This record gives sequence, C-alpha cells and structure tokens, in this order.
Amino acid sequence: MSRYRRENLETRVERERSEIFAALKRLDRRSFLKVAAASWAAATAAGATFGSGAFQTLRFVGAQESDATSTNASAANAANVENGASNANKGVRVAYISDSHLYVKEKNDRFANALVRAVADVNALEEKPDFVIYGGDLAQLGSLEELRLGRDILSDLDAPLKIIVGEHDWYLDLGDGWRSLFGEPFWAFDLKGVRFVGIMSVLEDDFWTARKMTPVERMQTVAGLDNGVQNRFKIGASGLRWLEETLADCPNEKPVVVFSHSPLYALYRPWNFWNEDAAEARRILSRFDAATVIHGHTHQLLTHREGNIAFHGLLSTAWPWPYPPTGVPELTVQMNRPDPFNPNDGCGDGELRISPDGLVDKIYRFWNREPILVPAAYVAGDATKRPKRPNLPSY
Amino acid sequence: MKKLDWKSFLFGAALGVAPIATVAVVSLTSSEATAQLWGRFRSQAVVAAPGQVVVCSETSVDDGAKLKNEEFPASSTQWTRGFDDSWVAEELERHPIKKIDDNKTVWNIKGSQKEGHTYGNYTEADALLWKKETERLVAEGSLIFHSADLLGSKNGVSCDMCHPDAEGTHAETYPKYQVQLGRVALLRDMSNWCLTQPCRGEAMSGDDPRMRALEAYMHAMRSGKPMKYGKH
Repeated sequence: MSRYRRENLETRVERERSEIFAALKRLDRRSFLKVAAASWAAATAAGATFGSGAFQTLRFVGAQESDATSTNASAANAANVENGASNANKGVRVAYISDSHLYVKEKNDRFANALVRAVADVNALEEKPDFVIYGGDLAQLGSLEELRLGRDILSDLDAPLKIIVGEHDWYLDLGDGWRSLFGEPFWAFDLKGVRFVGIMSVLEDDFWTARKMTPVERMQTVAGLDNGVQNRFKIGASGLRWLEETLADCPNEKPVVVFSHSPLYALYRPWNFWNEDAAEARRILSRFDAATVIHGHTHQLLTHREGNIAFHGLLSTAWPWPYPPTGVPELTVQMNRPDPFNPNDGCGDGELRISPDGLVDKIYRFWNREPILVPAAYVAGDATKRPKRPNLPSY
Repeated sequence: MKKLDWKSFLFGAALGVAPIATVAVVSLTSSEATAQLWGRFRSQAVVAAPGQVVVCSETSVDDGAKLKNEEFPASSTQWTRGFDDSWVAEELERHPIKKIDDNKTVWNIKGSQKEGHTYGNYTEADALLWKKETERLVAEGSLIFHSADLLGSKNGVSCDMCHPDAEGTHAETYPKYQVQLGRVALLRDMSNWCLTQPCRGEAMSGDDPRMRALEAYMHAMRSGKPMKYGKH
C-alpha cells in the first residue's frame, strides 16, 4: 500500500488547523495576542514569499496553509500551550540551486551574478532549510577555476550544502578538479528519518580516445546538448551496485530521496535528457513506499511518477531550455515558454518540503514569475491539486 | 594583385592566361586542370560522377598566383564550391540536421521533355548536387550556431545553449510583430537581438554570410513545422 494514501495534504491541513483553534480556545488573553501576532506574521510571510499579486497570494496561502499553521503551532508552543500542534517532526526542508554553468569571471559575469542571486534567495528564506542541494553543472567547461568560483559563491550559503556532479563539471579532467573541491560524487546520509542519496549519473563511455580529442575538445563535445558525437549518460555498473548497497539497510517504509543530475526516466534521448541505466535505478527504488528522484540538467519544470517513485526537475540559474519535442511526462504541467527579452525569465531556484512520511511538495521559485507549487497530492494522483496551467502554450 | 577582386582576377586569368594554363597543366591530368579552372571560374562543383567531387584546394593557373582557400574573402566562400569540404561531414555528424527533400518528384519525369518542360530533365545526379550544396550552407550555419567565437559572442554564449537543435527559434513564425521590440521583426532581427543582448556581441548585417548561414540552419531545423507568419 502506498504511503501516499495515509494522510494527504488536505487532511493534514484540516487536522493542524483544528488543533490550532483548539489550542487558541484555551489561551489567556495575553498569550492569545502573542499567538495572533505570530499568526499574522506567518501569514504575511507566506504572502510576501509567494509574490506580491493579491490573487496569487490567495492561491498560495491556500496551498501553504499547512506551513502557515505549522508556524502558528510553533508560536503556540512558545506561548506554553501544552496541547498545541506538535512540531516535533515537521519533515525536512531542502532548498535547491542548480545548473549555473559558470564561466570564469572575466568571460561571463552574468551567470556568476545569477548564482549569487540564488544564494541570496536561499539565505533569505523565512524558514531556514535543513540543507541546500546543488543539482550539478556548476561549471560550464569544467575548469578548476570555474568550479572554484562556484564553490566560493556557494560558500556564502547559511545552510549546509550538498552537491552532485553534472557533465559540465566532469569532462575536462574526468573528475579530478571536482573531487579536489567537493569529494566523492556518491554520498548518502540520514536526516529526520529520511535517507538522502546523491549519485553521479552522467557517466559516458569513451568516445574521445578513438577521435583523438584533447580534454578541451572532449569537454566542449559533452557541453553541447545537441552534440551527437558523445554517448548517452549512465550511472554505470559500479554506481548501481553502490546505490543498491547503500539502500540495502533501509526498510521499505523509510522515505528515500535520490539526487541525480540526469533524469532517471525516459525523457528525450537526443539531448541526453536520459539515462541508459534508469530502468535499473528505478528497479532498485521500486520497493520503497515513497521514493523521490530530484534531477537537474533539464532547466525546466518537470513532474513524473512511476509507481511509488516521484520525479521532479530543477530550475537553472543560467538559462531555461525549451521542452523537448517528445517525451515530456503526462503529469508535467509545462511552464510557460520563457521570454527571451527578460534575462532571467524561466530561471530560478526553489524548495522541497518533505513530510515525515516521505511525500514531497516541490516548489519552483521563478525569478520573474509567480512560483509554482507541485503538491505531493497531485503527484500521487489527486487531479484537483493540479498546478494552474500557464496562460500560454509551450511550443 | 591582392587588392584585385578575386573573381575578376580569375576571370582575367581564365581568359587571358588560358593558353598559358593549357601549357602549364600538361603535368596534371587535363580533367583535374579543367576542374580547377572551371571550379574557380564558374564557382561550380565539378561532379565527374555522382558523389565524386574534385577538390580544388590550390590553383596553379598561372605562375605566382597561388591562391589558397584562406585568402578568399570570407564573404565569397559560400558562393564558391569544390573546395575542401570534409568539415561538412564532421559538422553534420556532430550536429545532425533534418532530412532535406530528395526531389524525387522532379527526376526523369516521362514525357516531359517532349512537352518542352524543364522539369523532368533533371536526374538523380542533379538532385545530389542540390542536396550537397544546400546541406553545406546549412552545415556552415550549424557551425556558427554552435560557436561563440564565430558568432562574435563576448561572453561564451552561443545559440545552441538556449536553442538545442534550433528548438525555440520558431523560424517559421517570422515575420511577426515582436512586442518587445515594438516593431515587425524578421528572423534576422531577432537573431541580432540575441547577438547583441545575451551574447553581448555585434549585430550582423542582413547579408552577412554568417547571418545567411544561420538563417539556412534555422529554417532547415524547423523543417516540417507549419509556416505561420505572425504567430506568437
């Protein structure tokens, strides 16, 4: 039985709200004012965080109610309310930044500034994330200088950083620079009952030796999305073995979140929106009640589900990509096509909110648009929770 | 000599130096020599047989006039044919293009010659020539589309970074009223906007050979999309 059915977002909201109101009835006047002020602040924060448009605020206040009430609950706790809603385990909050494609500073300050903006965004979050995931492609051409620039900018993050590797970070020196700055590209840890796993999923079979390519040519080949000379991504046999062994001690009930640069489902092979080993990776994840795969690389809003595995894409800070001509999952409510005249349109960062039972609400925080929330309930099959369709088709 | 327009030069060379050339090419096979002359003068690929192209990388038309490919002004290279084009195959392997029309409908149409139609006099060899030459221009566009250096981009940004396979260029929708520009734009106007803004480079003139090649590439890659000018 899927974990998605145990308590959906709506019933949780209702429960938490009624707990709050029950707590309020028991308060003395002085504490009541304190809680009321905190509630007002929380609501304002939710409104302010989710855009200035009044209608959008209303729309998102609805969607965010569980968070608003959670904040109320902590305020209520602060006011010594014994029977207030528990906030012992509110789940995990993860902020994300991805695909900054940094050149060296002298060559391109634009992409570096975009990453600085994303770091400021994350630091300014009202509710601090437990950690920040960087989704890969920190560098554009894989040089140590580019990677260092990225590391320096990311070092301003208040929250701890976890980072996965993208193909742009790797194919100049096949990972030497990456390892010297960020360590091994495979990692795993537990936080609040959730197992988080980062994998290197952009391995390509050798196409460069036979063609006598220099490391720079190899990097430039891999850096071209529509370059047909390179091979398709894979995790590789040893990576898959590592993944299986790393998850071996997790019971099926334990929520699992996997971070992979390439999408682990069939999206679009010609652009390497693809992973040759994806089916095997999905097999490994299929036994879990609630598994989630978060992927970078595609620079766009993507939503997909296969069995109990949910998939979400990440926004880029550098540039958005058009949706591929075929293969976009049915569940995806496509984001509006980006306005080329607006330098940051379609770019941004965002958040994952992972409930204790492993359900993930995905937030795409666009820099020049209203944010889009993809609720766990929608991914689980509740069509009424479908994100609002954009007003223009993506073509 | 270098100041002289190269076409006029070759024209003169072909007329005035023809007897000398005839003498000079004795050491070459006559077909190669003819190919060189013909190739340069008429700017036409010499197709001895379908698929076999005579490569003229260097001329020996007259003594002292060794004109190499790189000495030709850039603006003329897309009109010249028969030069070393091994790069075309490499480029098309890197960045495959949409399939070009095979023009089978105009090969060897029975009876058309009797009726005096031009169509029908074409053979498969003709169609191969058309394909080869057209694909070469498209490949040239592809090369530029994927190269920040050739585009003159100042920040490393090239077209393909936002438009893999020319996706999202919507070449089939121009001309259209580009709201953000406040005027009707051709595809080249939008390309120039991208060149000057996201790429921080210089705009190209409309008949810049690079712009012509870029347009060729974008139109080729948007092949099959319904032409709908003015569409947003």
